[in-house]
Amino acid sequence: MMPMLLPAPDDDSRAFWAYCAAGELRVQRCASCGRRRMPPRPMCPSCRSFDAEWELLSGRGTVWSFAVPHPPLLPAYAEQAPYGVIVVALDEDPTLRMVGNLVTEAGAPLNSVDPHTIEVGEPVEVVFAPVERAEGEDLLALPQWRRR
Amino acid sequence: MHDDDALPIKDRTAIVGVGQTAFAKHLEQPEKVLALEAILIALEDAGIDPSEVDGLSSYTMEGTEEIEIARNLGMDAVTWFSQVGYGGGAGCGVVGNAAMAVAAGQCNVAVAWRSRKRGAAASRPWAGVRDQVHGNQQWSRPFGLLRPVDEIAVLTRRYMHEFGATREHLCNVATAVRSHANRNPGAMMHAKELTRDQYMGARWISEPLCLFDNCLESDGAGAVVIVRRDRADDCRQQPVYIHSFAQSIPAQHQTMTNYFNDDPLVGPSYACAELLWRHADFGAHDIDVAQLYDAFSPLVILSLEGYGFCDRGEGAGFTDGNTLGLEGRLPVNTSGGGLSEAYVHGFNLIVEGVNQMRGQSCSQVEGAETCLVTSGEGVPTSALLLRN
Repeated sequence: MMPMLLPAPDDDSRAFWAYCAAGELRVQRCASCGRRRMPPRPMCPSCRSFDAEWELLSGRGTVWSFAVPHPPLLPAYAEQAPYGVIVVALDEDPTLRMVGNLVTEAGAPLNSVDPHTIEVGEPVEVVFAPVERAEGEDLLALPQWRRR
Repeated sequence: MHDDDALPIKDRTAIVGVGQTAFAKHLEQPEKVLALEAILIALEDAGIDPSEVDGLSSYTMEGTEEIEIARNLGMDAVTWFSQVGYGGGAGCGVVGNAAMAVAAGQCNVAVAWRSRKRGAAASRPWAGVRDQVHGNQQWSRPFGLLRPVDEIAVLTRRYMHEFGATREHLCNVATAVRSHANRNPGAMMHAKELTRDQYMGARWISEPLCLFDNCLESDGAGAVVIVRRDRADDCRQQPVYIHSFAQSIPAQHQTMTNYFNDDPLVGPSYACAELLWRHADFGAHDIDVAQLYDAFSPLVILSLEGYGFCDRGEGAGFTDGNTLGLEGRLPVNTSGGGLSEAYVHGFNLIVEGVNQMRGQSCSQVEGAETCLVTSGEGVPTSALLLRN
């Protein structure tokens, strides 16, 4: 059976996923004007600087919204459905948002938290589900979220 | 913004021919044949020989290349051709860009079309997923937002949370549009009524969206023919003028998973509407009938707000009292739209807009003189104002 989908790290995202593999949630912050941005990209949309640093965040946020998919879905997802997919607004800047899953612990199934108990606005914190990588592959872990 | 020197395309071009194939869950003909059939019907409708066509406009997702269209239909030299991206957001852009090219003299007779089969890999944006997700989708697909409906379900939930909207409002959209399809013999849902009980009892696809919040799975094609105003008077049908046209990629937009800007509930339609109305002689309150892109029912509600029929957060309530029905304040998707006629990336909405302006719709709005047609909300989008 086809496994669950994984992000393909690229020039813009490679550092983000590698920090996740190190257990850190970091977003780009413009080294010139200080604006944070997500998803990652080469240029600051405020001052057009190419210089950015990766700011370590608290990993805390709140549920901005969520969906509960039902089949038909790809097989690896169908067997966990219905499951919740949440969008998290990060505490440092609520307009910075990330898609993820609310789970009981890192690496737990997508439906480990009953999706019908999820509430918009509830506080969550990041955990990282490690992903096994072969020699030479980009490091990668999936940020997931648990209740706090 | 100073555009005093600009020359808007207002009423300088007209749609003089429309064509559609049959719509069904499965048609035998390949996409290429469906495209050719629809274009031929549209040209016959206009009374223009295919050899006169010198402009071709289509979607980047279109499976049939311009050279195939041109050599099959026996066109002479084509002097203008272009494509618009972003799937369902493209439709009105495909027609509007052709109108600009015709108005500017880059071609004289332009054809815009879309042919789409549900089984064709290139037609389904989520059909190509592999175990590695590249580009923008790497931020959402691995976590289980696999399909467009999942991506829109997130926006819908947030909308409900902020504004107190309910499934009753989504049901208002689905049932109004279905009632139009019930009058359209060409609609896939022509013979199937949809009650509020059926809607409320339907299976989930992606909560809070159920089966009837989703557009149909369809095979089919549509085409329109665009010429300059002076030429339009010589055509078979009453000309339908392209009064205004706009496209938009709003600030900090990401297609489909548009969660990364300051306010994701202010979608692409807002920026599109700003230009659309600026170049028009009338406003939202003057619109007699509207064809609002409806791949998913909540997109209609977001578009009602974006195009100024009501304020932000009021779109759900706007649908109460059968506003969108034939006797309502704003009849919407009068052919049945994507939800109940066919889903052809919104192209049938454009054809229906023309039919309304000609007085030829199966759900004709009496005396209609203005029609708004929109393309996908939630993606880089486009819109047309049509008048007769």
